[in-house]
Amino acid sequence: MRADDPCLKQMKPPELSLADRFFLPQIAVGLGVTARHIAGVMFRNKAITVQYPDEKHVPSPVYRGVHRLNRDEKGRVKCVACMLCATACPAHCIDIVGATAPETWPDREKYPESFVIDELRCIYCGMCEEACPVEAIELTGLYDLTGLSREQMIFDKAKLLSVFDATSNQEPMKYGKPPERALGSPTTELAPG
Amino acid sequence: MALEPSVAKSDSRASGSVLSLKPASSIEVPENTILTTINSVVNWCRKYSLWPMPFATACCGIELMAVGASRHDIARFGAEVMRFSPRQCDLMIVAGRVTMKMMPVLQRIWLQMPEPKWCISMGACASTGGVFDTYAVVQGVDRFIPIDVYIPGCPPRPEQILRALMDMQDKIQKGGAIQGTALPELMTNEARRVQIESSPSPALARERGDEDRYGYRIPGGPGQVGDRESH
Repeated sequence: MRADDPCLKQMKPPELSLADRFFLPQIAVGLGVTARHIAGVMFRNKAITVQYPDEKHVPSPVYRGVHRLNRDEKGRVKCVACMLCATACPAHCIDIVGATAPETWPDREKYPESFVIDELRCIYCGMCEEACPVEAIELTGLYDLTGLSREQMIFDKAKLLSVFDATSNQEPMKYGKPPERALGSPTTELAPG
Repeated sequence: MALEPSVAKSDSRASGSVLSLKPASSIEVPENTILTTINSVVNWCRKYSLWPMPFATACCGIELMAVGASRHDIARFGAEVMRFSPRQCDLMIVAGRVTMKMMPVLQRIWLQMPEPKWCISMGACASTGGVFDTYAVVQGVDRFIPIDVYIPGCPPRPEQILRALMDMQDKIQKGGAIQGTALPELMTNEARRVQIESSPSPALARERGDEDRYGYRIPGGPGQVGDRESH
């Protein structure tokens, strides 16, 4: 591209006025901005600090937080132990031991005997959720997870199911209907079964 | 090892025996008097004035800076004084992946911090290595330095760091002592160390007479230790 190409737009720095060139008036203008913000915080309740433990940020419906293992309408784990999530996981943090499903579960061949996610190694990319063919694994909106030991942060099947029990009745991960604010994208059908 | 846990109580007991010659249980405390233990006061002071040492090696460090900014404002928990010298800090926040080459630096900085000190492992990489399961990346800094609180996430949300800070405060209030972090598990570790040191050491391969088994040979070959060096 040549320097006189008509697609190029020549930009020039703005001309400084006399007050700009002296700098001192501009210092006063800058202090005025600071004072305006201080006054806004003090008198007009415009502080932007989120008082975290008291007021909690509500994540968007597509936020990727702690995993959960969904149950079907009979209360069984939905996972069919196909290992797609474990294969898709870039951090290799999912460990599934599959077993032949009981006779009373005619709709599937396998079920996960153990389903362990290392929450510390996970990078919360959501690829397991995308890979899952039966929508058994999902990432919830729980975001303030910490642990006092590494063992505590290894979530087994019971723990992941308990996350489902804790989050299935509350937004933004309400189970059984698509989220209300779905960011314009076609929502996934979360109908059980 | 621990101090008398209740200094105020022992004071009143001493003064009781000297002044009123009554047993400690019947000491009358004047109104508007607050009794506490020195340990809990010290812990209370410590937990609200943590000075973090940001050992930020990667993207978690950016999120750590966000916690210091006005929206999340770590100053609400008294931990806003980020010092970049380990000598002035008592809370190390390891944020980001630590390579094998960086590990000696991390250990050195950890040792330079004065007691009592605590450590938060922030993010998947620092805690377990995360996606970087390679020979060059340390698979969890807790293999080299003691970690008190782990934060999952890649990177974690600022709220998680604040939650970890609150966990840290609970732990300090619960387990600290005036001499240092006299946590129950430290006492267990100490007892275990004494037990290991007092138990007879396992015999060397040479003493067992199986030096050549499995092709293993003590460095320096057979003979007296230091034999070769003297020639």
